[in-house]
This record gives sequence, C-alpha cells and structure tokens, in this order.
Amino acid sequence: MMNSDKMLDAKGLACPMPIVRTKKAMNDLQSGQVLEIHVTDKGAKADLAAWSKSGGHELVETAEENEVLKFWIRKG
Amino acid sequence: MTLNEMTAKEVSKKVINKAELFILDVRNESDFNDWKIEGENFEFLNIPYFDLLDGVEEIIDKIPANKEILVVCAKEGSSIMIAEMLSEAGLDVSYLKGGMKAWSEHLEPVKIGDLNNGGEIYQFVRLGKGCLSYMIISNGEAAVIDSTRMTDIYVDFADSIGAKITHVFDTHLHADHISGGRKIAESANATYWLPPKDATEVTFEYQPLEGGKVVTIGHTAINIHALYSPGHTIGSTSFVVDEKYLLSGDILFIDSIGRPDLAGLAEDWVGDLRETLYTRYRELSDELIVLPSHFMIIEELNEDGSVAKKLGELFVENHGLNIADETEFRELVTGNLPPQPNAYQEIRETNMGKITPDEEKQREMEIGPNRCAVR
Repeated sequence: MMNSDKMLDAKGLACPMPIVRTKKAMNDLQSGQVLEIHVTDKGAKADLAAWSKSGGHELVETAEENEVLKFWIRKG
Repeated sequence: MTLNEMTAKEVSKKVINKAELFILDVRNESDFNDWKIEGENFEFLNIPYFDLLDGVEEIIDKIPANKEILVVCAKEGSSIMIAEMLSEAGLDVSYLKGGMKAWSEHLEPVKIGDLNNGGEIYQFVRLGKGCLSYMIISNGEAAVIDSTRMTDIYVDFADSIGAKITHVFDTHLHADHISGGRKIAESANATYWLPPKDATEVTFEYQPLEGGKVVTIGHTAINIHALYSPGHTIGSTSFVVDEKYLLSGDILFIDSIGRPDLAGLAEDWVGDLRETLYTRYRELSDELIVLPSHFMIIEELNEDGSVAKKLGELFVENHGLNIADETEFRELVTGNLPPQPNAYQEIRETNMGKITPDEEKQREMEIGPNRCAVR
C-alpha cells in the first residue's frame, strides 16, 4: 500500500457523491500530494479514472479489499 | 425552470413513435460510446457529470432551446444533480428515472397477432438491450419463450389476462442475458424446456427440447413445433407456432444473422449455421413471420414497436441469407466478429446454474448491448 497525504472515506455513498467529495478533498492538497479514497460504489472505478485524467491528476494505484475499492490519486 | 422525472416507459414510447428528444448523457465517455439509448430522432451530447461540477454555463449553448431535454446517467444520481443545475440555469429538463439500469430492464409488451382458436402472441421488447421474448396465450394457458430475468413482468402479464403459465422455453443457452426461464417455471410449477445439447452442463432438471417435438398450449391446441437449428449454439432450436410464426432464436434476425462463436466453437459451428439458414429454413413456408430473440439497430423496429418480418422477405433482404459463396460466408461469421457481450462467460455459467450472482451483480453483468449478431 502506498502512502497518502490525505484520506477520504466515501464508503456507502452513491454516484455522484464519491467524485464530488474527491474534488473537494483535492482542493486542500498541494500539487504532487496523494489522496487516498475508499468507496463502495462500483461505478466510481471508471469515473474516478476518467475524472483524474480530465483534471490532469494521476491515478497511481487501485486496490479492492472486501468490497471496498481503494484509489490513490496524485494531484496534478 | 421545471425539473421532471421521465420513466423508461415514457422513453420507450418516444423511441416507438420516433419522437424528437435531446439526450444529455452524463456518463463517462467510454460507457457512452459502448452503449446508449437509441432513437431515430434522438440527438445526443455526452459530457461526463464530473466535468460539470463547477457549473453548466459552458454547455448551455450546446443545448437546443426548442427540444425536450433528458439527462441520463448510469443509475440516476448524477443526472438529477446535472438536471437541477440546468433547471436553475433556466431550462425545462427531465432526468431518466433509474438511469441506464432502468432502461436496460424495461420491457415493452407488443401484441404480434391472434392465433387460431382465440389465442394471442405477444412480444416483449427490451429496447435497452435489444432482447426479445415472447408469450403465447391460449384458453387460459400461457407459454413464455426466451424470458429475461425480470420475471415479474411475465408473471403479472399472464395474471392480468387470467392465464396460467404452463410451459417455459429457452431456444438456446443464452450468453448475452440471464434467463428468467427456470425461475418462472419453478414459481408457476410449469415445465422448463431446454435443448439438451446446450444443457450438458446445467445443474438443474429440465425437459429436453428436441426437433420434432410438439407442445400444446391451451385445450384447443396452439402447437409449438420445435425445429432443431444449430449454429449460434450447438443446441439452438427454433419454434414454429400455430403454423404461422417462426421463433428463430439467435439464428436469424431481421437485418443480421447469429454469430457462432459465443460458446467458443465458431469454426465447428459455422457449417451448422449455414445449413440451418440455407437449407433447413429454406424448406419452411415463405409466409412464416419471423420473430427473433434480438434486434441490433433501431431501424429493425416496425411502426408499432414490434420486431417481425416474413421469412420470404428476409430471404430477399437479409444480407446474411444471400451469400452464395461458402468461403465468404465462413469469413463473415468467423472473422472480424464484433466484441462479445459483456460478461458473456459468467452469464452462460449463471444460465447453467453453476453460479448464482446476486441481483446487483446480475444487473452489472448485463450492462451493454446484446452483441449476438453478425452483419
């Protein structure tokens, strides 16, 4: 597991909330810092990847553990 | 301005009536390109919801002022958010209730015609996925063919016309959608028929459906003649109903033919497919009305929303029935095949009873178009 500068728990939230929260949390980070996000909404997987790309961020790693999807995104 | 909810049923009516609609699809680009709502007079704009979080000002001028606007997403949540933003910006908009999930699951019953002795035949059009299933009704009895997993719809429909479901058929082991056949048969205490050559690995009891078999629905006999017609799968079986309708399963569609590769044996089955289409079907009456298990493009729908055409017309118009050269035919159905249906291996295993995914998982497995044809 990689280190993160901030952690966002978006478990139990349905689309669009995981991305809305991620965007907000990202605002508090400096460029180059990493946000770790936990979600349970399966749709978030493709959307977080596409959102990172369109926002100039880098999706560095993903993992799945007991139905929880984990993402590490480096701020662009 | 106003914000309304539009149901999948209302969208279906617009597809069938060829009405105009402007669809703002806010799913991500790859999901949109893979699969979307289709309508002859629908216009589309795809901008993911996550690119609109800061506001919709930038897209307002891309939205026509004189058209009805529908915002669509996967499950509804994001489309409500974006529709609210558009409404605050002064537009009259609707969002699709239940999103693409509801669109995929909606079935529209269309009456195909009357049968002898007071019977009727209905087609259930699953517009979102291009799947077609059937109910034959006669004298208080009903048969369901190629049902989807939305079993309540058939059970309620039969109830509403006072018929008891006595027989349930699958023309073949499906790879694109989860069959509701076994569930309906169990709950109605009906007989579940499957072609034995497709059922070698199934984990449950069934009645073997073989060529030449005749099943009667109702006391006054609507006959269903099974016609062994391999090619899409090795067991694929067509039905001739009441000497008038040919239920062609995934062998012959209106504007395309079945693909032989979804159970993994394209090279082996291409010969069977050709024999079924070019020999066995040729021996049938041109007057039979072909009722397939899928449509691929919206142009295959008739004026009333049904998908049906005379066999004789298909012999003239359907490209897949008009390839004289066997090598060329072989190339068409084994080379350059479109992508397979989403999760098709897992869907086959579910239909065999080998795995039992929960409803949410089943829904996810069925995302996307059916992809059962080659053109």
